[in-house]
Amino acid sequence: MASDAPLLGLYGLTKTFPGVKALDGVDFSLKAGEVHALLGENGAGKSTLIKVLTGVHSRDGGEIRLDGVPIHPRDAADAQRHGIGTVYQEVNLLPNLTVAENLSMGREPTRFGFTDRRAMRRHAAALLGAYGLGSVDPESTLGEHSVAVQQIVAIARAVDLSGKVLILDEPTASLDASEVRVLFDVVRSLKARGIGIIFVTHFLDQVFAIADRATVLRNGRLVGTRATADLDRLSLVEMMLGRELKDETLKRHRTQRAAAEPFATFEGYGRRAYVQPFDLAIRPGEVVGVAGLLGSGRTETAKLIFGVKEADSGRAIVDGKPVRIASPRTAAALGFGFCPEDRKTEGIVGDLSVRENIILALQARRGWLKPLSGPETRAIADKFVKLLDIRTTDAEKPIRLLSGGNQQKALLARWLATEPRFLILDEPTRGIDVGAHAEIIRLIERLCDDGLALLVVSSEIEEIVAYADRVVVMRDRTQTGVIEGDGVTVEGIVRAIAAEHAARHGEVAS
Amino acid sequence: MNPRTLPLLATLGVFLLAYALCALQFPAMLSTRVVANLLTDNAFLGIVAVGMTFVILSGGIDLSVGSVIAFTGVFLAVTIRAGLDPVAGFILVLAITTAFGAVMGAMIHYLETPPFIVTLAGMFLARGVCFLMTTDSIPIDHPVYDTLTGLSWRIPSGGRLSLIGGVMVLVFIAGIVLAHRTRFGTAVYGLGGNRTSAELMGVPVARTTILIYALSSGLAGLAGIVFSLYTSAGYSLAATGVELDTIAAVVIGGTLLTGGVGTVAGTFLGVMIQGLIQTYVIFDGTLSSWWTKIVIGGLLFAFIVFQRGLVHMAARRREAARLATGMPVVSPAG
Repeated sequence: MASDAPLLGLYGLTKTFPGVKALDGVDFSLKAGEVHALLGENGAGKSTLIKVLTGVHSRDGGEIRLDGVPIHPRDAADAQRHGIGTVYQEVNLLPNLTVAENLSMGREPTRFGFTDRRAMRRHAAALLGAYGLGSVDPESTLGEHSVAVQQIVAIARAVDLSGKVLILDEPTASLDASEVRVLFDVVRSLKARGIGIIFVTHFLDQVFAIADRATVLRNGRLVGTRATADLDRLSLVEMMLGRELKDETLKRHRTQRAAAEPFATFEGYGRRAYVQPFDLAIRPGEVVGVAGLLGSGRTETAKLIFGVKEADSGRAIVDGKPVRIASPRTAAALGFGFCPEDRKTEGIVGDLSVRENIILALQARRGWLKPLSGPETRAIADKFVKLLDIRTTDAEKPIRLLSGGNQQKALLARWLATEPRFLILDEPTRGIDVGAHAEIIRLIERLCDDGLALLVVSSEIEEIVAYADRVVVMRDRTQTGVIEGDGVTVEGIVRAIAAEHAARHGEVAS
Repeated sequence: MNPRTLPLLATLGVFLLAYALCALQFPAMLSTRVVANLLTDNAFLGIVAVGMTFVILSGGIDLSVGSVIAFTGVFLAVTIRAGLDPVAGFILVLAITTAFGAVMGAMIHYLETPPFIVTLAGMFLARGVCFLMTTDSIPIDHPVYDTLTGLSWRIPSGGRLSLIGGVMVLVFIAGIVLAHRTRFGTAVYGLGGNRTSAELMGVPVARTTILIYALSSGLAGLAGIVFSLYTSAGYSLAATGVELDTIAAVVIGGTLLTGGVGTVAGTFLGVMIQGLIQTYVIFDGTLSSWWTKIVIGGLLFAFIVFQRGLVHMAARRREAARLATGMPVVSPAG
């Protein structure tokens, strides 16, 4: 169990980036045999702290002490030599090599100058056994295994190399529940071996499940460190948000609105091996939420409606006229807008400025023969930067330099600039901090009140409850139900998803 | 089936099938004499292909090898004519070509320039230097050359393994050991898999990159020596397009052009398949030698489609495995 003297101590850590104080005098301590959760909104300084700790960034001030001795890690390898290993969300191993090669990469045992494959295999088998992966063949290719197994191999490697401090940077983001359990068993056994573990996550449940203490950062400052035993969910969220999050603030004030004529209706709309045919009516001033598990067909539904994939069954009626939505271009011409799920690869153009990103859709719709003039684009960009409160020094800044939340707002602005009548948002709040989160939600509500029709895909049930008038529940690429009115509650939606889940797997989603 | 050995097995299958078809039509092709000639005639291609395998495994490409072969031949012809001892010439030219590759590797790494560009420049440079030395085809006439070309080992039933064929076989064996039994080999595979990860895992990226291109150019130099022994001449326009034949041999041998997956042994089969087609064309006697290129082109297409299919299948299988182990869970808490 945890002893009292800190294994790792960070004192008054400070790091400044141009224009931002990313870390401002942060103290942090980690005991041997402790799991210490590091929490905060995006941009709170979690990743900067870890990068400073692992030598990726140099610090501007403060001290790092390991076992009481000041250290100055120069790079990841140097941090590793000091005893600090890191496992990232995206597994940083080599999927094309064998498990054994991955475990001994960079320090392969040699005999007479040649790698000793037998020793390598032995070493790997011993390591795998210790992590409950005895059934994994050391000579199998790493890429054949599930992400969870790869993640554990990465942990095994990190601990084997460093052995004092293990940093887990959102290791559970791409794992499912059973895989998370396996991973947590590994974490517990490492804890028992006296290794200090820093656990970065977004999932509060996991904090309470595994962590002994939790440290919350906000805007580069330390908010506090608490033992999780003395902490409840609400106070933890409060620490992260810095304000009391009341249920009412999230709950949308649903105005009773006479059911408007649908803007668009989809009847038996579907595509083979993509999404089963579904019926859906989109009305102005209404938010339709799409809920379901990962891979249930949420995003596919959105893409089908926007014409990213063409439907092969059913029909679409927009403004009372049947239409064929063959491509995103047709959809945009009909007044549809779509903010995709994967902001970085499908949304923003990182090297273009905020202004260029905002006018992209509008310009595309006008056609390249009718370019918007410089002053026009600047006016549009400035308007939306102000309207949506996009935090950037100026509209000419490359968009990749903005935080996730502000990128998302710029993406929204891109479509709003085309004055759409129907906007599809796929995971609008993924990967952005809680503050920006709330802003996006308020924005969605405002747009809706302005008479825009919205379809919002989200994996965050609470969020859907906050703004949706109706919720479509997806399962196995099939629309399994629609929840309306008072039924739109977290419990109701979770039950709708979980009921199906339980029926198939005999296990309720937690 | 292990996806890593599947391409190798496919290549082996193609080779055996092709050989069987050839032997069916021309039973004489089964003789050890034909096999020995196959090795001798493709010796220079095989040697340079070993280097290219490492380059492609690391995710790079080396377009300069054909020019380096020509440079080596011309350099040897010119220096031997000027009175230099061939053995000294061999050592000198190997040092020059290896250093040339090392410089290209260093440029690729330190200037962060794509290998395609750097080695393209290298290709023009080496070819240009050839023309600077001479534009004629210079015959090499030296006792050492006569001795070396005369060396051969008798293999049962009439075949003779020539020195250069033997050198190629040795280079392949060394290449296989280097790829699979040394840290350098693992590092090469690592670089091809994911450069950033490899670096984080402690692979000396700079050193490995420089060594890879030095190896490739050095082996191109060795191939150039073999080529000059084979032709007993040095000519500026020799070995044009050999870099592309080499790349074809490597890809047919089952190495992914994207890097990270492949084997040196597969490359040997790739070289032999090319040689086999050539031999068939010669045996037939009526076919244009361009048929070699046409068949190679067809094979390349087939192999690229096959490899894409493999990659696709592996991804699908992983997805299936994932779905089988359990469903991802929604987090109401966010």
